Amino acid sequence: MSSRSALAAGFRPPLGSLSAALFGRGRARRLVERNVVAYKRRWWILATGFFEPFFYLLSIGLGLGHLVGRLELDGRLVDYAAYVAPGLLASSAMNGALFDSTFNVFFKLKIAKTYDAVLATPVGVGDVALGEVTWSLMRGAIYSFAFLCVMGAMGLVLTGFAVLCFVAALLVSFAFAGLGMGATCYMRGWQDFDYVSMASIPMFLFSAVFYPLSVYPGWLQVVVSITPLYQGVDMIRELDAGLLTPALLVHAGYLAALGILGLAVAARRLGKLLRP
Amino acid sequence: MQRAGARQEELSRHPGPAGEPARGGEVVVARGLTKSFGDFVAVDHVDFLVRRGEVFGFLGPNGAGKTSTMRMVSCLSPVSGGELSVLGMDSGASGPAIRARLGLVPQEDTLDLELSVRDNLYLYGRYFDIPRREVRDRVERLLEFAHLVEKAEEEVDTLSGGMKRRLTIARALISEPELVILDEPTTGLDPQARHLLWDRLYRLKQEGVSLIITTHYMDEAEQLCDRLVVMDKGKIVASGSPRQLIEAHSTREVAELRFGVDENAAVASKLTELAERVEVLPDRVLLYTEDGDEAVQAAHCLGLRPEASLVRRSSLEDVFLRLTGRSLVE
Amino acid sequence: MTLGPVGARPAIFRPGWLRPYRYFAFRYKRTWRGTVTSSILYPVLYLVAMGLGLGHLVNEHLQAAHQTGRLGGVGYVQFLAPGLLVASAMQWGTNESMYPVMGGLKWLKTYHALLATPVEVRDLVHGHLAWVATRVGGASALFLTVLAIFGDVVSPLGVLALLVAVLTGLAFAAPVTAFTATQENDAALPVLYRLGTVPLFLFSGTFFPISQLPGWLQVVARATPLYHGVTLARSLVLGRVPVVDDLGHAAYLFVMLGVGLVLARRSFSRRLIV
Repeated sequence: MSSRSALAAGFRPPLGSLSAALFGRGRARRLVERNVVAYKRRWWILATGFFEPFFYLLSIGLGLGHLVGRLELDGRLVDYAAYVAPGLLASSAMNGALFDSTFNVFFKLKIAKTYDAVLATPVGVGDVALGEVTWSLMRGAIYSFAFLCVMGAMGLVLTGFAVLCFVAALLVSFAFAGLGMGATCYMRGWQDFDYVSMASIPMFLFSAVFYPLSVYPGWLQVVVSITPLYQGVDMIRELDAGLLTPALLVHAGYLAALGILGLAVAARRLGKLLRP
Repeated sequence: MQRAGARQEELSRHPGPAGEPARGGEVVVARGLTKSFGDFVAVDHVDFLVRRGEVFGFLGPNGAGKTSTMRMVSCLSPVSGGELSVLGMDSGASGPAIRARLGLVPQEDTLDLELSVRDNLYLYGRYFDIPRREVRDRVERLLEFAHLVEKAEEEVDTLSGGMKRRLTIARALISEPELVILDEPTTGLDPQARHLLWDRLYRLKQEGVSLIITTHYMDEAEQLCDRLVVMDKGKIVASGSPRQLIEAHSTREVAELRFGVDENAAVASKLTELAERVEVLPDRVLLYTEDGDEAVQAAHCLGLRPEASLVRRSSLEDVFLRLTGRSLVE
Repeated sequence: MTLGPVGARPAIFRPGWLRPYRYFAFRYKRTWRGTVTSSILYPVLYLVAMGLGLGHLVNEHLQAAHQTGRLGGVGYVQFLAPGLLVASAMQWGTNESMYPVMGGLKWLKTYHALLATPVEVRDLVHGHLAWVATRVGGASALFLTVLAIFGDVVSPLGVLALLVAVLTGLAFAAPVTAFTATQENDAALPVLYRLGTVPLFLFSGTFFPISQLPGWLQVVARATPLYHGVTLARSLVLGRVPVVDDLGHAAYLFVMLGVGLVLARRSFSRRLIV
């Protein structure tokens, strides 16, 4: 048995465990493993999540694209489909990350009480946050990769920078995985998920996925440009066009910071909810 | 489930009478343990000690503070005050290390609804970092232990309440814990399912696992527990073996007399001479006495005609009534 | 809710579907604020983003190429608006027939509770669809008003588009209700949305004339009910006098509603009468 003083010290978590609380004790991968096993039985739910951006590419990019004609990108004219594709790649990354980090995390947190069971094991709160964000990021990565392959097959990859586009898509996924999970930890009921749609649908429609920012009046351009999806769309579109500018670092840093912020908020909030 | 040799050795030890010190020391020591949520004190300075290899019970009505105590012991909820050591470690500082060695059966099953029965066990084992092959072996043994081999591939949703409970218990055993904590293990189960569960718990005890059980069923506490504490309103009001508690706080027998509606209280005043103690409940009068039949006879001699009468031995229910003036299940 | 004491009025004057209908309406009183915003918000956002934003580029391009006839001689937003109205009606109809129906059957077991009263299975199905019609009608009327304010309803005949929207919503709601009632859990519902609703939304002439599609895909598009709803509503909103073609579109939707209704009654009976 510990001495009295050690017991007394234990009532407050020592400062050293802060990093453990934030980033887990290395057991985050157990949560990823859990999700892999869970989706083995429902692989088709995972698989069908890919199609929405793909359908948009065919419909808006190709179908409507004929009525839009060609757009200017980095000083040259490109087909509308090639203009839209990088935007939809960013949307794929966003959607993929949001599926699990919002609805499914809420289900596990509040309905199935999965995390209550998980936390009765040596797995900690930080592990749960990091593990779920990692899995959401992976799901976004799967869709991004598949979408990039489709783009390649349709001849819509403009330059040889596809690998960098993929890395950028990972950052988009990370940002939305963190933000989604952080927000979900504050949700009270399913009706609060209206807010997820109220954020993600306007972002999808207005963040320069479908047309350049220049369509908007100046003040609106500023508003749109601070949305994380716009940051991702712009980054991927520039990379796809072969532009390597310092602005890319700003985009990347912004997205990474949002992801880390979301992750930290989620870990803190989960601790309050699950270990009262 | 087969266990290590050291545990097997303990098998031979017949559970001794309560109060006799068991070998291997204490698995839980709590002194002045307190849990408060804001102004509300759920657990109020309780002291208890659980010995290795015994079944230790917390008996009390809903809201007595049992679950809060269990959550602190399983390091799920920080202690608000007092000392708590589990398996020789301080609960505040060594949460993960303690949880690695104990199994928890929470009040709600919290099974993973997106996984099959087998995967529920498998992944839970993985949360303890048990190597894949080892977990797979244990899963098969536990499926048998829990009578769930045929249900292994089913989704959890399709199981009956009793099956879910057995799966939750099996899940708590995947890490081969030294201490298993069961919060209301049989609440909501039909009698058959309860007996099957009790049987599984006996087996665990035989294997030398220490068990802590909370319940509001006095028969469950009497059947399973070597020693127990009675909790009410966040405090421990009595402790000992079931027999000790009954001897200390009740008489040998109880005569239950049922008079007409609203007449029980009026009649009771005439009965005070017939027993050591008389309790009036809404639907009946209880006479605490060494000889129940004699008391019923005496009542008849007084010219009282109860609609029904019953003589039984004292139980923990009576202990609780005596200590708190209330029934366990209200 | 005042279901009214039995016998207050002879039951024979009260159609059976009215009881479940009133129950659904009563429950909606608690949640209507949220649904009004979300159901009307998204079509309007699509209208602004695609109709005005992207439409700007479309109009420029078509004018430069002297091809304004490809959209029937109107601007892109006028072309898009009736399409969005009907496509939204489809989504309202299907949404109301997925999770709410699953909730009634499984999670909340509302339907079981209703059937413990004198309500029959057919009353339940009809009450549900009548309620869907109300929801779709309300949202469509609201959206149509927004369109009129934007100046996108060219002809007074556009009022009739409301009926087309309700009909299309029901033509989807009935078979989707039937499908939901065959499902043990909600796992298939997002798949139905992703592989059913989304492609219909995108390829049935809402955003561009189906003549843009490759030939074989045009045949597929013509077979989808949404195409018929969109085409019918568009000709009304743009002020074309109904012709034989339009009657065909309407007939198609009515047939789909009828078939869906039969299927829904059947799957409800199978699910609830055991």
